[in-house]
Amino acid sequence: MLKYDSVSSLCCAAESAGLSLSQLVLQDQVRQMGETREILYSRMRDRLTVMAQAVRAGSDPNLRSTSGLTGGDAARMKAYAASGGMTGPLLCGAMARALAVSEYNAAMGKIVAASTAGSGGILPATLLTLTEEGGLSEDSAVMALFTAGAIGMVIAEKATVAGAQGGCQAECGSAAAMAAAAMVEMRGGTPTQSAHACAMAIKNQLGLVCDPVAGLVEIPCIKRNVAGVVIAFSAAEMALAGIESKIPADEVIDAMRRVGDSLPCSLKETAQGGLAATPTGLTLLAQVFQ
Amino acid sequence: MNVFDMIGPVMIGPSSSHTAGAARLGLAAHKILGQRPVEAQILLSGSFAQTYKGHGTDKALIAGILGLRSGDERLRDALALADQSGLRYSFSTADLPGAHPNTARIQLTGAEGGRCTLQGSSIGGGNILITQLDGMEVSFTGQYNTLLILHYDKPGTIAAVTNYMAESTLNIGNFRLTRPEKGGIAVMTIEVDDQIPEDLLTGLRTLPNVTRAILIRSI
Repeated sequence: MLKYDSVSSLCCAAESAGLSLSQLVLQDQVRQMGETREILYSRMRDRLTVMAQAVRAGSDPNLRSTSGLTGGDAARMKAYAASGGMTGPLLCGAMARALAVSEYNAAMGKIVAASTAGSGGILPATLLTLTEEGGLSEDSAVMALFTAGAIGMVIAEKATVAGAQGGCQAECGSAAAMAAAAMVEMRGGTPTQSAHACAMAIKNQLGLVCDPVAGLVEIPCIKRNVAGVVIAFSAAEMALAGIESKIPADEVIDAMRRVGDSLPCSLKETAQGGLAATPTGLTLLAQVFQ
Repeated sequence: MNVFDMIGPVMIGPSSSHTAGAARLGLAAHKILGQRPVEAQILLSGSFAQTYKGHGTDKALIAGILGLRSGDERLRDALALADQSGLRYSFSTADLPGAHPNTARIQLTGAEGGRCTLQGSSIGGGNILITQLDGMEVSFTGQYNTLLILHYDKPGTIAAVTNYMAESTLNIGNFRLTRPEKGGIAVMTIEVDDQIPEDLLTGLRTLPNVTRAILIRSI
């Protein structure tokens, strides 16, 4: 049975068995959970389906959050993406999907928390963009979710995926790392390349604070999902190009934990610092909870 | 933890702790009451008290009290559903000293006159911890099938209950006993890996000194 306490040992186990990370993890979860491969695979496929439904529902231009602060930006981005933007329809489309899931979440829509609800736009945006626009199969995305889940479990074991404990680096940072590793596998990269992608994604969000305006999962969380997507793509692209993270993934995760411990309480989901404490942030707080 | 804890849960947004966890707290109260709720008085403490409206914590709690799960899309219409099903509810806020930041105390009255008061916290990622039942300290997460056995604090009662469970080949994962006063009403919190059959409950209720046996299937 796997322990999920180190990315490098997962990679070693996969590569010595000649398996992809997702095959290794699925095989292990079958043993640990006492269910068949078919049941676990179909449960994961159901989660991908919920993600796809959230992208669709969240793209409604009339969608508004419960607080009234957010909504409608996914539709704007989707329309813009059709023109190709500067970075092309694939990346712009991924940004639109991230906004859609995050805005749908804020509007009390049904989503998959992965790694959390607040960072739940990143995996659907990356994986579904690769299947819907990148020509990859649904099967590859379902399997990649096992890889993503394994990376997330290691982060949760060694550090945390909760903003209240580790700041946004622990939420969007983790989700981007999970997505980057998953995309590398979908594009035919090795487990070691997935580990490098995971490391590079976290490195580029290290220190990111959790400072939600009015304490709500909206501002800046929704747009940070977009940034997480772009970081995940850049990390995966670098890894697939053969670029390595000089600091190994496990050490990066350890660093993330230490950085999170060093962050003051005001920057860990208490809505007392950062953007939450700006004049506009405070005005919005008063507007929502008057 | 398994891979579906990380790629999941499937939930109604926006917050795993303020929405999904809140729904699970409500559902725990619903299961303990064991009858159609007609009145709910909900006290919110800490972060729950400050931000419950923006997170839909109120809707999530009511949805759970009505028996809905945290992934049920009717959650966002829970307040209207409460009106339709004849559930009166009220929310108040207070500071419960020493409680976790996301804590709720839920007082329910059922259609058949049953009552229960549950206090619990949403401890992150949609996970919950129930800490008080009818003023007694308990500690369970709802992740496992959980038996609550209220009983008179008399010698042999624990042995009788655990022996009875052993005869049904049920394996106890966690066992906790709390007793506010010697010789009074005490509560056993028993978490079990397997499914607990209904007839086991009937049997447990016939044991000497057992006053109530409640089954909360994993939520």
